[in-house]
Amino acid sequence: MSDATAYVLLEDGTRFDGEACGAASSPEGDGHAVGEIVFTTGMSGYQESMTDPSFAGQLIAYTYPHVGNYGASSQAMESERAWARAAIMREACNREDAPSAERGWLDWLRDCGVQAISGVDTRTLVMHIREAGAMRGGVFPAAMSEAHARELIDAEPPMAGQDLAQLVTPAHVSRHGYGDGGDPAGRSGGGDGPRIAVIDTGIKASMVRELVARGARVSLHPCTASAEELLAEDPDAVFLSNGPGDPAALSYIVDTVRAIVGKKPVWGICLGHQLLCRAVGLETFKLPFGHHGANHPVRDLQTGRVEITSQNHGFAALGPGGARTIDSDEPVRWDTDFGAAQLSHVNLYDRTVEGLELLEVPGGTVQYHPEAGPGPHDSLYLFDRFLERIAQAV
Amino acid sequence: MPRRDDIHKILILGSGPIVIGQAAEFDYSGVQACKVLREEGYEVVLVNSNPATIMTDPEFADATYIEPLLAGPVAQVIERERPDALLGTLGGQTALNLSKELHDDGTLERYGVELIGANYDAIACAEDRDLFREAMAKAGLRMPNSEIVTSLDEARAAMTGANGQKGSLGLPCVVRPAFTLGGRGGGIAYTEEEFERIVAHGLEASPIGQVLLDESVIGWGEFELEVMRDHADNVVIVCSIENVDPMGVHTGDSVTVAPQQTLTDHLYQQLRDQAIAVIRAVGVETGGSNVQFAVNPDTDEILVIEMNPRVSRSSALASKATGFPIAKIAARLAVGYRLDEIDNDITGVTPACFEPTIDYVVVKWPRFAFEKFPSTDPTLTTHMKSVGEAMAIGRTFQQAFAKALRSRELDKTPSLAGVPDEQLLESLRTPTAARFETVLELLRRGASIDAVHEPTRIDPWFLRELRQLALEPDAPFAGERSFRSVDTCAAEFPARTPYYYSGWERTRANEVRRGERESVVILGSGPNRIGQGIEFDYCCVHAAMTVRASGRDAVMINCNPETVSTDYDTSDRLYFEPLTLEDVLAVVDVEKPLGVIVQFGGQTPLKLAAGLVDAGVPLLGTSVDAIDLAEDRARFGALLDSLGYKAPPYATAGSLQEALRCADLVGFPLIVRPSYVLGGRAMEIVYAHDGLADYLRREVLGAACAHDADPSRSPEGSPSIFLDRFLEDATEVDVDALCDGSDVWIGGIMQHVEEAGIHSGDSACVLPPHSLGEDMLEQIRAATRDIALAIGVVGLINVQYAIAAGELYVIEANPRASRTVPFVSKAVGLPLAKLACRIMLGERIADLGLPAARQGLGFGDHVSVKEAVLPFDRFEGSDALLGPEMRSTGEVMGIARDFPTAFAKAQAAAGVPLPQRGTVFITVTDSDKTGAFAIAQSLHECGFRIVATRGTAEAIARMGVPALAINKIAEGSPHVLDWIERRDVDLVVNTPTGVGARSDGYEIRRAAVAHGIPCLTTLAAGISAARAIASAHRNGGVGGIPVLCLQELHGQRVA
Repeated sequence: MSDATAYVLLEDGTRFDGEACGAASSPEGDGHAVGEIVFTTGMSGYQESMTDPSFAGQLIAYTYPHVGNYGASSQAMESERAWARAAIMREACNREDAPSAERGWLDWLRDCGVQAISGVDTRTLVMHIREAGAMRGGVFPAAMSEAHARELIDAEPPMAGQDLAQLVTPAHVSRHGYGDGGDPAGRSGGGDGPRIAVIDTGIKASMVRELVARGARVSLHPCTASAEELLAEDPDAVFLSNGPGDPAALSYIVDTVRAIVGKKPVWGICLGHQLLCRAVGLETFKLPFGHHGANHPVRDLQTGRVEITSQNHGFAALGPGGARTIDSDEPVRWDTDFGAAQLSHVNLYDRTVEGLELLEVPGGTVQYHPEAGPGPHDSLYLFDRFLERIAQAV
Repeated sequence: MPRRDDIHKILILGSGPIVIGQAAEFDYSGVQACKVLREEGYEVVLVNSNPATIMTDPEFADATYIEPLLAGPVAQVIERERPDALLGTLGGQTALNLSKELHDDGTLERYGVELIGANYDAIACAEDRDLFREAMAKAGLRMPNSEIVTSLDEARAAMTGANGQKGSLGLPCVVRPAFTLGGRGGGIAYTEEEFERIVAHGLEASPIGQVLLDESVIGWGEFELEVMRDHADNVVIVCSIENVDPMGVHTGDSVTVAPQQTLTDHLYQQLRDQAIAVIRAVGVETGGSNVQFAVNPDTDEILVIEMNPRVSRSSALASKATGFPIAKIAARLAVGYRLDEIDNDITGVTPACFEPTIDYVVVKWPRFAFEKFPSTDPTLTTHMKSVGEAMAIGRTFQQAFAKALRSRELDKTPSLAGVPDEQLLESLRTPTAARFETVLELLRRGASIDAVHEPTRIDPWFLRELRQLALEPDAPFAGERSFRSVDTCAAEFPARTPYYYSGWERTRANEVRRGERESVVILGSGPNRIGQGIEFDYCCVHAAMTVRASGRDAVMINCNPETVSTDYDTSDRLYFEPLTLEDVLAVVDVEKPLGVIVQFGGQTPLKLAAGLVDAGVPLLGTSVDAIDLAEDRARFGALLDSLGYKAPPYATAGSLQEALRCADLVGFPLIVRPSYVLGGRAMEIVYAHDGLADYLRREVLGAACAHDADPSRSPEGSPSIFLDRFLEDATEVDVDALCDGSDVWIGGIMQHVEEAGIHSGDSACVLPPHSLGEDMLEQIRAATRDIALAIGVVGLINVQYAIAAGELYVIEANPRASRTVPFVSKAVGLPLAKLACRIMLGERIADLGLPAARQGLGFGDHVSVKEAVLPFDRFEGSDALLGPEMRSTGEVMGIARDFPTAFAKAQAAAGVPLPQRGTVFITVTDSDKTGAFAIAQSLHECGFRIVATRGTAEAIARMGVPALAINKIAEGSPHVLDWIERRDVDLVVNTPTGVGARSDGYEIRRAAVAHGIPCLTTLAAGISAARAIASAHRNGGVGGIPVLCLQELHGQRVA
């Protein structure tokens, strides 16, 4: 094992040594990164995670030991840049001659300015977070004193209460699937499908891709867009994207959504799910250590089928009566400000809410990631279902 | 939906003897299924011919039949037991084919038996190349271009095209016979000549005379996905496996790694989608399947190669690699559960409807046995040749790979130091067992990744890892050894099941929860190999059960993913680790056990005994000194002298010259072997000085040279040569007995069917002995008692005897569990290994309540025959002659009311059923001519036509049985080989003449094996076969011989 040149420090003082890599190994680097440390259990798709805006403000500990095996490529970009603040790995590699690779993984991390550390006992780190809960921490050069590192961690605001949407949202409206070729997801076409206005709190390219592939015309709006601005487009539906941070800190978006529900079909994924829930009067809470991975079983209560899902969230919606978990597979109901809502999906690992449908106004959500990127494709049908619902509503 | 309550009794089929391509993994899956189904309240009926399995222990089923896995006997079981359902997806290809046959011949319908697991159509679709191709095309999946042919002409047309059009295929071309195990009889043709030869061979090997010709995808990446589906169409991928050897080497012969390492998430998800599409298209409604893919690394093109609609070797590997028990869950799915209704045992809090994610790397290495078959081609192809495997888990690929390397326990690693680079590189073009040693050597010398990639097509990611390992072999093991859990979830949830491996981390991070109870460590037997197979795993599992029953924690260490011992259910704590002293001591350090048991795992743990004692580790049972007393020839010889027992004359020579001098003192014929090898390796019988000199040149001098080239492997310097007088025409006897230091109990006395000179592992044997008088039996019992007590055995001992001219000779004594322990246990109805373990834990024989009478003979009025199963059909060009070197891979048992009938059952179960009519070809040495007459007469009475070489024919005819004389090979066509090739012969009896005259015999035996004709190479076996044929005749064929239920035989079940 090489000499430790960097370390991970958690806010409770737990320390893991490793070797600096990525931006942390650049010549100018006494670089460091602080934020909430989360772990992801996916065994592939490291670059997709790193570029997923939902990871903004977080440091990703990869549970799979080998990271970087097939390099980095533009195909794996879920947005235009890396958003996670650091990569914490057991055994990183910088391979650039993999058939699909355009750059070595560690070179790419350095290009992106992402701090990285390898040789870390990630399993012990994960077990610690599992027991103690998600917490702040950082990656620091070995030369930096622990005391200084502690100060840096303490200065970082905790994840609960953070509005990170403004960090990742675009400055201007962009359109995809309108045939103007301006599609960052790599696909364009002049569809005549439904027009979908998105409140972009950090949308993943895969979501845009899946919508456009089904003929939808998608406009991405800054998250500060008002209900009037969105409705002015007269979209067929409004879509609430994934994104980082605490939904409870985004009351301005919640207000916007509240003004749209009932007027247009509203659909949400991940943070969008939480925002819609809050908009109709439901509550969200912070999970002990979140769901981040590609293997969680979720039951679709409409069909009874179980799908293996891609997950990436730290907060979840409370069930009826404020319950954190739903003990039966019944489509239980909430009373919302817009009439009844019905549970549509439930997580079979920890029985938390994974999706619901509004029964009296058109709208529905899922907490997990049907668009995959990374992860399994079992839930792609939700995009079809969504478009069918829009067609019914129109 | 919960369990089905419209079925009550379920028939499970095992996989029969261990053969290449079908090994202990099906005992593991069968045991899991039996456990689960009985837990669910079903009655379980089991049929398997392999006595060395745990599943055939009477306590694992309500009714156990050790019977041939053939339609006749199984139909009888069905008639007798009237099961509601047949679960045929857990016993490998054998059980699947048999299930299909029982459907096709109407048996299942006649008795109203429902096929559960995979239905008939799904089996047919996965197994029939045409149907499968059609189903894939319908699902929009690509397969390699391919043609199905049933003749050589059709094959040629596929290659060159008919009517002037180009055929769809070119060279290289993959040739695969339909319905054979592990691709038996197939291969890759690079030239037209090879094409013709392999196709002809494949047509012969396929039971339906059908061969598949595939577009070559040699060099593409090879991936396997283990898929599970329930009746509600929920599908999960349990594990992905990447073959480090790309396409072209059978996955059973490939080094494989889990999870896959080199695919992007994008590509991996496509494989996942396709695997799910495959299981749906084939229509496997419940259970596990294995889907194989070829992926072109440059174009991302994906081709489906094949799918197995059943649990497989790969699913056993996937289960051990992830902690997800595929067979157990498949059994629950088969009786109506959905995946989400089944708990994940490992976490206890999450359902089985998920995909395991792991935070370590698993590497599997095949274990080969080419040294046992020197004249065969050691090239690795699509035709599986390995006999076992070792798996290792590490936190990184390099840790896992290096651990897997040492888990193989090779007698000798290839010596490459003196070979020039160019030659090494060139040798990589043809995959062999030494492929990775060659790769490591080249990378160590500084060869570039590209240079090694070009001939091997191994992904550069692996090559880079291997280069680091080659340059710094100790680097992955820097830091602290930390025992970590296999938890199915990368630590997202706490693991409840104590299944551990060691990884190395910067600081120690042990996860072992040791508890307060005393523990006993049981050392397993490592990878299966010839001479050390599933029998030893059986004993280790019994030891674990016994330790648990004693109120202590059983701790298992083993590295064989196929086995029951490495099921996390078998012990209280499982450490999946290599069986080296260092690795074992590390576990001992954590466990601080009451003691370590080394007696049950064969030579593997025994080799560690002295080192463990030196390190201060307490051993349970027989002491190291006692082991040495039995194994050291001089000490053991002195012991026999003092007890007054005879042994054949022997000598130990320190040099070739001395060996030649000693030979005359000992007297010819001789059994010779070098001292440094075990298990009969390189052991031969020589009849004169010439033969001895030739042997010494070949084996000892050759081996010594190889040793010199690699000094680290030869600590003992110049090897000694052991010479023993070979007792001709002697009867061999094997005895398994228990000893507690002051008392001895004889478990079983087995008489070998073949004469002395055949390795006991390859010899058929019968219990009780069929031709020993009570006086001799008493002599044998007395000798066994004296020897066991004099050695100081605490536990099991196996003693081998030869009886020549009415005199008893002691051949050897092994103070440990022998290969025959499971057979004896099932024959006599008492679990010897468990009893031995109780003795080792401190009980006395007097406390065990064992019957004093009939010791060694069993207690019922039945006769048990054990027959060896030999892999000659796998090793083209090998001689099918039995000898002192063991070469069998497995064994079967036949139980009947008399010896000939039991022998007939055993032969049928071994896969070469004796014919009921037709033509027998007999050729024997002069001294065997009288015996040959007895064979001829008996077969003549059964309606056989007798053909023989001239001398034998004349001798037989003179005594009054008509025999047709045919030509020896040298006498010109049509000669004996032509008869065999034309299949005009149904049975061969060929006893080899002494030295020198083996060439005709070799050709005859080779041809017989190639055409699946039973071939008996000793007179005793010939006579037994003739009697067995007569017995089968009386029963209207082997299928008509009454089946026997083990529980009824041993009075554990009321019939």
